[in-house]
Amino acid sequence: MTDRALLVVRAGALTTVQDRGRPGYAHLGVPRSGALDPSAAALVNRLVGNPPDAAVLETTLDGCALRPRSMVRVAVGGAPCPVTVGGRPAAWGAPVVVPAGELLEVGAATAGVRGYVAVSGGIAAEPVLGSRATDLLSGLGPAPLADGMVLPLGAPAGPPARVDGVPQPRPPAELVLRVTLGPRADWFTARAVRDLSTRAYRVSAASNRIGLRTEGPALERARPGELPSEGMVLGAVQVPPDGRPVVFLADHPTTGGYPVIAVVRAGDLPPAAQALPGTPVRFVPVRRR
Amino acid sequence: MRALLVGDDALLVEVSSGAEARDLHAELLRRRAAGALAVREIVPAARTVLLDGLADPARWAAELTAAQVPESTARARALIELPVRYDGPDLAAVAAHWGVTEREAVRIHAGTEFTVAFCGFAPGFGYLTGLPDRYDVPRRATPRTAVPAGAVALAGPYTGVYPRSSPGGWQLIGTTDAVLWDHARVPAALLAPGTRVRFVPVEGA
Repeated sequence: MTDRALLVVRAGALTTVQDRGRPGYAHLGVPRSGALDPSAAALVNRLVGNPPDAAVLETTLDGCALRPRSMVRVAVGGAPCPVTVGGRPAAWGAPVVVPAGELLEVGAATAGVRGYVAVSGGIAAEPVLGSRATDLLSGLGPAPLADGMVLPLGAPAGPPARVDGVPQPRPPAELVLRVTLGPRADWFTARAVRDLSTRAYRVSAASNRIGLRTEGPALERARPGELPSEGMVLGAVQVPPDGRPVVFLADHPTTGGYPVIAVVRAGDLPPAAQALPGTPVRFVPVRRR
Repeated sequence: MRALLVGDDALLVEVSSGAEARDLHAELLRRRAAGALAVREIVPAARTVLLDGLADPARWAAELTAAQVPESTARARALIELPVRYDGPDLAAVAAHWGVTEREAVRIHAGTEFTVAFCGFAPGFGYLTGLPDRYDVPRRATPRTAVPAGAVALAGPYTGVYPRSSPGGWQLIGTTDAVLWDHARVPAALLAPGTRVRFVPVEGA
């Protein structure tokens, strides 16, 4: 077996392979998937000299531990966390060399939720429809990491970035989500539309890669029932029968029958992916560009 | 036709019937193939077509609501035959709901030409229309925790085939050995929006 590989020593709570996903297949029922915090994933790729679409690891809250079979360069970003190599502290948000057989420990996040680990050459899992992303809704792409798994690595593409580190945004203490209203705001009462923008919501612990669920006042419907299924977009604020808004993230279903009251600006979704359960959420209506 | 803006770069075009949605979808695919429409996703559904990843949705909203959409011709669309054993556990319930014998229910279902109206729920799961309204059936009161791959099922106006085992509340009338989804195959999905489908009865093995 090739020595361009990583042994998963500790998989962590949920660590998946992610890249830029598989857009373009929604009409077949295939979610876009991909890194929830694409800018963090692109940054760690750049730090190790990978192209921006190379596959990285996305960790959830408690990191992971990996042992490369040959010397690799890695960078850890996204949610800040301690990093050690062979037990010695190493830099976060900067390129780090891990010698063959040494243990890279990506610790628990000290803020935020999703960490990103880029390895020189990228994770060379088998692509499905042009992407190596793990899609937890439909089960496409590689399985989530498990202890003892071996991940193949690609050949390093280029030299690492000539920087020692790059500032990354801190995960938010309050999540401010700019939204444009519609397409189905008319399925709700005027009061519900007002409630969405004025009442306090919190990130629910039931959030996952499919959606950011919220806790807070139920939004009142002006019309009962379900819509005939219609296409759904990333960032759609869908309101299920319990009235609590759900913001669709990368693994969201491609069609759905619950009305979408508003859509979150794409630029506000990476902070949403980093918001811990309990984080206050504010929906702020803005005009379309 | 009504066009609803969705976020900053998407448009949901709403029409009044499934047939109109199919015609609009075909027209949008033609325009994209001709290089006149740059868009990331064209997602047909029951009464809508979503255009996602569109540079100027407001302009397209104006253009599409003014457009004459020609009727799509059935011959232009692929026809797939799916061999099916009509051995589903809910066949008797469906026949009773239709007020016919099981044999007659099979004859009705296998005698219908279906069209994939749209996909969703799972990769390769198509919502097939073609049965007259009087054959709509309710979902099961209690969904099954596991419906096997290849199950041919009915709910509301739709027929569907489960591409892989999953929970499901549809009424199961039969089984096919056809592989609905194989990501190593080109195309991965046997059924895409617009595909015509016939179910061909085969004897149980």
